[in-house]
Amino acid sequence: MAQQEQIFPPPPPLLTDKPPFEYQLLKHRGIPGFDKLEVYRANGGYKGLERTLSMQPDEVVAEVKASGLRGRGGAGFPAGMKWSFIPKVSGPKYVTCNTDESEPGTFKDHELIENNPHQLIEGVLITCYAIGSEHGFIYCRGEFARGIRVLKRAVEEARAAGLVGKNILGTGFNCEVVIHSGAGAYICGEESALLESLEGKRGYPRLRPPFPAVAGLYARPTVINNCETLSNVPHVMREGAEWYSKFGTEKTKGFRVYCLSGHVERPGNYELECGTTFRTLINELGGGAWKGRKIKCFIPGGSSTPILAPTDEVMDTPMDFEGIAARGSMQGSAGVVIFDDQTCIVGAVLRLVEFYKEESCGKCTPCREGTQWLVQMLHRLENGEGRPGDLELITDVGSNIAGKSFCLLGDSAPVPYNSALKLFREEFEYHITHKTCMVGPRAGKQLAGVH
Amino acid sequence: MIEKMDKLEIRSQEYKLSEATRQEIVELVKKYPSSRSAILPALHIVQAQFGFVPVEPMAELAEMLGILKGDVEQVVTFYRMYNQNPVGKFHVKICDSISCYLRGSDELIQHGLQRLGTRLNEVSGDGQVSISKIECLAACGAAPCLQVNDEYMYNVQPEQLDEILDTLKTAKENPYYIP
Ligand SMILES: Cc1cc2nc3c(=O)[nH]c(=O)nc-3n(C[C@H](O)[C@H](O)[C@H](O)COP(=O)(O)O)c2cc1C
Ligand code: SF4
Ligand code: FES
Repeated sequence: MAQQEQIFPPPPPLLTDKPPFEYQLLKHRGIPGFDKLEVYRANGGYKGLERTLSMQPDEVVAEVKASGLRGRGGAGFPAGMKWSFIPKVSGPKYVTCNTDESEPGTFKDHELIENNPHQLIEGVLITCYAIGSEHGFIYCRGEFARGIRVLKRAVEEARAAGLVGKNILGTGFNCEVVIHSGAGAYICGEESALLESLEGKRGYPRLRPPFPAVAGLYARPTVINNCETLSNVPHVMREGAEWYSKFGTEKTKGFRVYCLSGHVERPGNYELECGTTFRTLINELGGGAWKGRKIKCFIPGGSSTPILAPTDEVMDTPMDFEGIAARGSMQGSAGVVIFDDQTCIVGAVLRLVEFYKEESCGKCTPCREGTQWLVQMLHRLENGEGRPGDLELITDVGSNIAGKSFCLLGDSAPVPYNSALKLFREEFEYHITHKTCMVGPRAGKQLAGVH
Repeated sequence: MIEKMDKLEIRSQEYKLSEATRQEIVELVKKYPSSRSAILPALHIVQAQFGFVPVEPMAELAEMLGILKGDVEQVVTFYRMYNQNPVGKFHVKICDSISCYLRGSDELIQHGLQRLGTRLNEVSGDGQVSISKIECLAACGAAPCLQVNDEYMYNVQPEQLDEILDTLKTAKENPYYIP
């Protein structure tokens, strides 16, 4: 327990002596001083790198492929396959780690870098070796000021021990790891915008093709992986693909950190085997809805994924890419956000959509203008000033953003509204017909002028 | 006219990059294959000196990075973390994205503003504190949360915000800094 208190952001309380899944990515929770090289190494740290350096780069790519490790940033692309796309050309190649973590409901990378920095650095080094790169960048969102300090200290510690820099562990492998800081922009989590930003420009997404594997950072072959993806890599390389692929489900291997937040009794990060059910995460570990209430609905994988109702079928769904897709939503970044039965869905959707309006980078018109209209109309609805036909109008505006925007941020903006309307149409209509809310503390109160 | 020149002169002296700042940026640039890549962290260093990013040193920074002053302006105006105007010595940024909203961030912001007697983004009379909203800080499991300058505070209830604001009124250094 003493150790838990020094972990930021704070973990959920331990219910038993043992965690629900034996810590791999979150080993720091049980071991004091895990951010120190000495402690990390005493617990198997850099063993994965040692083994990697005894192999050929191609063998490392093959091992990660065989492990079944898939990206934890959102889309779930197989990591080993991504690495295999890097052409075997001479000249610089780069690895960039995406630690921009800004999707509402997601806070795993934050814990990983502040408490377990060497795990990520080891993952970056292994990835560099596998693709023939001598330069890894860890792009952290600027708000992670402390995480950046922790990472920088860890890099210097690793350098002093011959794990970063020239002739690593005497093998002739050279590799620099640079900790880079962003400056507040959700769009820089989009991989091509991240590269623009890392080149010192505004974070506007790039047209593709070419894909980063061919022409990424400084137009050179580049691998971009999420922070948690790369934090998995040392475990794959230390214990081997066979060990790793024993965890998880048929198509989603391994373990991951699920972020639980919102109206739940015990919010926090939970490391679990891929494919654990929503019921286990939300009810058994998270304690269900707070204050003895009921769950109205939840977001399963970060704010860009469609909202689900907690039916038995949904609650028993394994949390993996295919399982959640079969329920009409997405695994995304594994950010699970709970709404209790006193939540006004109109207000919640408004808040979700406001995020996309704020974070639209402004490069293309459908997203820049469309998100503003969405917010305006939802505001009207929320304030009891909605008019008949507004719901269709909002749907219409949404369909003029999704599919017509330059990047996925635009596609995501109408998702909260569309999915909520499917589940709670009568609540939206009630706001128009009664100029008041059906649920929550404001039910029955005239809404106009409340804000 | 002369007086006006003097004021400009004074201002450009006031907003000159210090030798320490310059040195830190020189070291930083060495880490990157292209010096332009250092601009975001370099601007954080500039902001650390002044509390915001004034226009005066942009040309100097541009020169150090081998780019145009306009390139620097483009970046400063795009990224949210760069304050283009002075903020309170302690800038309290309260997250109001979904998970914090669900656990009372709107009420927390209202509460803080009342306590401080300011409006959103307004600096308190003594120049010490300002309160702003911010989008998701990636600490949703510890909602509602906030940052005092760049340091996190988790699970902040109204009474704790009172304490924080009181502490900041007289603080010299950020009391919530963890190395
Ligand atoms: C608007 C937007 C924001 C994104 N934000 C992040 C992010 O903060 N972190 C992240 O790892 N991936 C983010 N992604 C996904 C990345 O583009 C990319 O797919 C991912 O970093 C690839 O890593 P992975 O294969 O290891 O998952 C975002 C995508 C979009 C469209
Ligand atoms: S869809 Fe939105 S975020 Fe993406 S490029 Fe267009 S304006 Fe920018
Ligand atoms: S919603 Fe507030 S930290 Fe994520």
